[in-house]
Amino acid sequence: MKVLYFAWLRQHVGVAAEEFDLPGDVRNIDDLVGWLATKGPGYAKGFAEPQVIRAAVNFEYVPFDHKLTNTDEVAFFPPMTGG
Amino acid sequence: MIKVQQENFDVSAELATLTAGNHEIGGVVTFIGLVRDLIKADDRDTALRSMTLEHYPGMTEKKLAEIEAKALSRWPLEASLIIHRYGRLEPGEQIVLVACASAHRQAAFDACNFLMDWLKTEAPFWKLEETDAGEAWVDNKASDDAAAARWQIKPGRAAE
Repeated sequence: MKVLYFAWLRQHVGVAAEEFDLPGDVRNIDDLVGWLATKGPGYAKGFAEPQVIRAAVNFEYVPFDHKLTNTDEVAFFPPMTGG
Repeated sequence: MIKVQQENFDVSAELATLTAGNHEIGGVVTFIGLVRDLIKADDRDTALRSMTLEHYPGMTEKKLAEIEAKALSRWPLEASLIIHRYGRLEPGEQIVLVACASAHRQAAFDACNFLMDWLKTEAPFWKLEETDAGEAWVDNKASDDAAAARWQIKPGRAAE
């Protein structure tokens, strides 16, 4: 799967995008957030307050109970500030 | 039409293209967003050096096209255009253009308002502001969520 990070989340994590196989015990966005938070100090800082983070899968906003597959493109980001 | 671009845009040229050959159009409403030179930082007016807009290529175009389609189905528009820039912008520069053309003005005013409210809360853009004190990401505003909600568009609250 492909995972992208934007804005301050990208800065904390240290990469804009990465690819890896969906870990076996990760079934939904909530699980993935928990798994990513253990990947390193930058990830832990970025995902410290998951309630302020939003997610998209394959270009659609999704809730944290959204089920994942290994071919998904997942994105994590803070609330949008366009316009 | 949707354009997501780094370069500036010429409003007159864009409007001329938008309305060319269509004489059903009785009015065009436009909104142009500009970078201000003062922002509030810790409740104090602070000089802004630059604003950098980051976006999610692919998803941005998809979301803008979806909301434009919603506006076109909701109001009798003859033409519409959304241009949103990304990258580093300085005070005074143009950020966004929304233009709606219709036979009568009310549809164009309402659709333009709707598109801007939606852009603020739903388009995947993030603003980084640079001042003498450094850089900071802009927080989203509750007032923007409320403005979008009056059109009964559900804000994209993935975490809730």
